[in-house]
Amino acid sequence: MTKTLVLPAPPPTSLGQGMLVRLRAACFDSAAGTVTTVMVAVLVAALGAWLADWAVLRAVWSTPPGDAALCRAPGAGACWAVVAEKHRFLLFATYPYEEQWRPALACIVLVVLCVASGFRRSWTRWLAARWLMVGWLAGLTTIAVLMWGGVLGLPHVSQERWGGLPVTLLLAVFGIAIAFPLGVLLALGRRAEDLPVIRWLCVGYIELIRGVPLVSMLFMASFLLPLFLPSGLTVDKLVRALVAFSMYASAYLAEVVRGGLQSVPRGQHEAAMALGLGYWRATVLVILPQALRRVIPPLVNTFISLFKDTSLVLVIGVFDLLNAGKAAIVDPVWQAFGFEMFLAVSAIFFVFCWSMSTYSRRLEDGFGNPRGR
Amino acid sequence: MSGTQALPSHRWRPSGRKARAILWQGLALAVLAGGGAWLAINTMSNLEERRIGSGFGFLERPASIPIAETLIAYAPGDANLHAVAVGLLNTLLVTVLGIVLATVLGTVVGVARLSRNWPLARVTGLYIELARNVPITVHLLLWYALLQGLPAARSAISLGGTAFLSNRGLVLPAVGMPGGWLPLLAAVGVAAGLAFALHRLAARRQRWSGRRPLVWPWAAGLLLGLPACALAVQGAWPTVTLPQLKGFNFAGGTTISPELTALTLGLVVYFAAFIAEIVRGGILAVSPGQWEAGVALGLDRRRILRLVVIPQALRLIIPATTNQYLNLTKSSSLAIIIGYPDLVTVINSIITDTGQAIECIGLIMAAFLAVSVSISLLMNWFNSRMKLVER
Repeated sequence: MTKTLVLPAPPPTSLGQGMLVRLRAACFDSAAGTVTTVMVAVLVAALGAWLADWAVLRAVWSTPPGDAALCRAPGAGACWAVVAEKHRFLLFATYPYEEQWRPALACIVLVVLCVASGFRRSWTRWLAARWLMVGWLAGLTTIAVLMWGGVLGLPHVSQERWGGLPVTLLLAVFGIAIAFPLGVLLALGRRAEDLPVIRWLCVGYIELIRGVPLVSMLFMASFLLPLFLPSGLTVDKLVRALVAFSMYASAYLAEVVRGGLQSVPRGQHEAAMALGLGYWRATVLVILPQALRRVIPPLVNTFISLFKDTSLVLVIGVFDLLNAGKAAIVDPVWQAFGFEMFLAVSAIFFVFCWSMSTYSRRLEDGFGNPRGR
Repeated sequence: MSGTQALPSHRWRPSGRKARAILWQGLALAVLAGGGAWLAINTMSNLEERRIGSGFGFLERPASIPIAETLIAYAPGDANLHAVAVGLLNTLLVTVLGIVLATVLGTVVGVARLSRNWPLARVTGLYIELARNVPITVHLLLWYALLQGLPAARSAISLGGTAFLSNRGLVLPAVGMPGGWLPLLAAVGVAAGLAFALHRLAARRQRWSGRRPLVWPWAAGLLLGLPACALAVQGAWPTVTLPQLKGFNFAGGTTISPELTALTLGLVVYFAAFIAEIVRGGILAVSPGQWEAGVALGLDRRRILRLVVIPQALRLIIPATTNQYLNLTKSSSLAIIIGYPDLVTVINSIITDTGQAIECIGLIMAAFLAVSVSISLLMNWFNSRMKLVER
């Protein structure tokens, strides 16, 4: 915070000098800047040295199975052995051990499908979009066969034994896939000005759900769904979580879609009417394609926060990735090393969320550029 | 459709339009009512089968649950309603702490992220990416595990000899005031009011004469002098008791439990990253021409920031930050995963205790809706005060 106006650096005369000038402007432009740089450097060095010492130099990478004595030795750093020993439980929880290649393969199929859907070409070219749909149908069938089994010589695995990463990914993908059409309908309903009853029902639903925490929705699914349904009809815990999560996600997605609907000029609607299209055909063929395309970047951001929100299902005891991590350290031998275990869980979440947010940023840049359309 | 009313549009619309609208809405209502009735009938028969009564009568019956941390006096045996109030106060405590600290940290980080200083901008950028790409649930469990992994009270980490960090939580010096805090607080309040009035007076004088009288020495004198007078009249000083290690735990200090510390830390670290991005975006959205105009008027960097850029950036920052405040409030309900007795945790225990799930979940939703609406109203009021006055 200097009082003088800093003029732009003079053009560099040679490469070496240019780098020096840039370094000076970036790190040592004033007394305050130099002090800041030195302080940040000292802080980073101290933290980095401690981290390197704890996480690498003094870390315990492996121990004899079921024995954490090495980690408890005085002077021992991070106990990565807990992650090494429990990584299969963290990723697949109680899925039968010999069959765990199946959820692993299912996760890969799901991730590949999601990545393939991320390419812009797959939703702007009709042929590519058609192949993508075929891919999703084939992929989902494969995943169902892999996870449940019971056919093709694969032993049947019931839903109660699913857990870990596949549950997190399936909850996120299916939750969003169910919530998205609901969200579009809610957004359309909220904008239906000549249907006041439907409009106020939609507004009420969206605002109510956005005003309460997801935890209370999950409680509702966990405690109230069994009360609401006829006695004798029981619903699996995973399905209950999925119902609550989809209801929750649809309200948030509806608000994003509404933003897109608002940005489509009224003339588009009138033009569609003039062509003789009815409400549904005008909406599906003219309005929605324009509206949705405009909100793709905020949609991806909402997907990211919904993906993170799937981890809340642990409050009703669904074995997602986080709950599997939590259960892995219930073992008294490893109880003291929860920090290392949760670091591993955060690393997995970080990889997924960070790739999605990087992708979203690239999309935004692409949409800002008119030639990118 | 107000824009189309000028056109004779209704003439060429299909004639059955209105009838169809009524039909659709009637159908929607009928489906909703039918579904609701079906659920209600199921629920009634289920409740009867399980012998669960309905109504809020259970709130007056004694609660059997113990609550570890309370802001108001509570003991098992008090009414359930009292337990709910304890939980609600804990939720409010965490929410207020979280909002204040996350706003401070987020603003500092957001401004630092824009610094011309490359190392500072990169370090804060790294923090933002790391904090916001990990779910808040994982944050909470991570911080809680870290706090539980701290040494026992006997070998607590000393923070300058006055505060101690151990697996029992954070122990701070206890501050007490013989004779109560009221006179001192009143003096501070009066001084702040007078200082604010002086500031308004100076602003009016500046508008009238173009010259601003020097105010801050007077304001500082008031803010220091009045409380000092109050202390002198009362004849007592605030007492500070340093925590002392007695046996296996500390005595004499104020202890903040690991649960509250972890919950606050997690919420602050996570939401500060989002607030920082909002602050950064808001400042970047103010056009560079505004900076240049400020320079042309002869203002220095600090004044440009305070008088020109921030008032304009706030228009973008306030609505987005309000959203984050609401998210933070709702996320405070995750206290249940680390066992801090907030509203949700307490009510969850009451559900297992009494079985009155419908009423209890309704209570949670109503409480959070009320808190959310209050925050929205407060922030909307603030926003309308900060709004750009257009010609």
